[in-house]
Amino acid sequence: MRSIAALGAAILGMLAAVGRIAIFAAETLSHLVRPPFYPREFGHALLTIGYFSLPVVGLTTVFTGGALALQIFAGGARFSAEAVVPQIVAIGMVRELGPVLVGLMIAARVTSSIAAEIATMKVTEQIDALVTLSTDPMKYLTAPRVLAATLVMPVLVGIGDAIGIFGGYLVGTGRLGFNPATYMTNTINFLEWHDIVSSLTKGAVFGFLAALMGCYYGMTSGRGAQGVGRATKQAVVAASVLILAANFLLTELFFAA
Amino acid sequence: MIELSDVQKAFGPKEVLRGVNLTIPKAESMVVIGGSGTGKSVMLKCILGLIRPDRGTITLDGEDVTEAERDAFLARFGMLFQGAALFDSLHVWQNVAFRLLRGSLKRPKAEAREIAVEKLRRVGLKADVADLFPAELSGGMQKRVGLARAIAAEPEIIFFDEPTTGLDPIMAGVINELIREIVTEMGATAMTITHDMSSVRAIADKVAMIHDGKIRWTGPVSEMDSTEDPYVRQFVSGSAEGPIEAVR
Repeated sequence: MRSIAALGAAILGMLAAVGRIAIFAAETLSHLVRPPFYPREFGHALLTIGYFSLPVVGLTTVFTGGALALQIFAGGARFSAEAVVPQIVAIGMVRELGPVLVGLMIAARVTSSIAAEIATMKVTEQIDALVTLSTDPMKYLTAPRVLAATLVMPVLVGIGDAIGIFGGYLVGTGRLGFNPATYMTNTINFLEWHDIVSSLTKGAVFGFLAALMGCYYGMTSGRGAQGVGRATKQAVVAASVLILAANFLLTELFFAA
Repeated sequence: MIELSDVQKAFGPKEVLRGVNLTIPKAESMVVIGGSGTGKSVMLKCILGLIRPDRGTITLDGEDVTEAERDAFLARFGMLFQGAALFDSLHVWQNVAFRLLRGSLKRPKAEAREIAVEKLRRVGLKADVADLFPAELSGGMQKRVGLARAIAAEPEIIFFDEPTTGLDPIMAGVINELIREIVTEMGATAMTITHDMSSVRAIADKVAMIHDGKIRWTGPVSEMDSTEDPYVRQFVSGSAEGPIEAVR
């Protein structure tokens, strides 16, 4: 009986958390369309989330593209299908690995930073100070970050996809003996607009989730250094899990025949 | 005039405010004293609407603060936070002029900066501090910047939350003097919460003692040392003996 009660309490707790996050998301979206707007904060968020994430996105995807080419070549050799390396690298990077890896790297880099920054602001009464200065923290802190992440993530994913394919190209032509021109032709001919649109859509959704989780856990953080640490950890975990879950749902939506 | 009537607030099972009744007359400096955890900060945050009381009413010039138009209501207030609460990502002058750079009090950038530099001068800081970041300042300087921010929009009411906490006695004295001068010169209504008796003597026109979530005593600062109230006597003397438990 006690274990059933514990299970019920855990489920209720989880549903309550989902409800709180849904309300927070709805409130954030409502602030995106209601003035005042803070273009300076939006610009700053675009720069920190987008531009400064380029190195980590580039490094992650170039190595993954290279490793993917090696794996496909080795695996394909088992049934004489080595020639499909360019096509599979392209489709693998664009449909799945590009958006997911960039999403997870953004969760690690940006979600943690947003959660820690906002939680520290809360602990040091900067959020209260904003309110006393007639500034809504949801408008000033949350809305610009969420909008910037949602808009800039498709660009990062697009760049990540291209760099990942380039990583595969480098390994394919330099190590596996593919002809450079043929590799590129096979890659370009194989990709469809549908693949690219799905990739960029995933990027936008993942960007929204990553920034939203950072803001939510920052705004609801507990007191002291421990509160900031817990908020940061919870934000990264929640963003990562939600990105993977959303990836499954979006893949189902785009590609289920 | 700010009036609190039977204000109650609990966090879970913990009752922090248990029926606070207090009147802060216009253009007077009221200092609320009391030990740690007695509800001073919660009371102040209730007045500002940062925390919603469970029961009771708070009025500003007769208007219920929970029904007032938020922007217009908050535009009448300035607040110095305990840790200054300066925004790390903004320059000192942008912190001071924060309210003047956005919202209903927005001014052109150059004018806002000019006002910020003038307010910094008023609190004893040189113009070259304006372009530094808060992290580059000492604790005392941060408090002064917080004070400059509180007065930047020339509010009618200024709140000071533990203005001298963490400062050495000399710097605490400087901050106390500044607060007194500024409040007098602006003719503002001031409410300070503190447990620093030197601040009380320097800043207060009137004193209120809060204990266990209720106001135990109020009176002019001149009567604070001669009152027979056992709570005030124990607090002012700093004695461990008396009705206030030393270990809470």
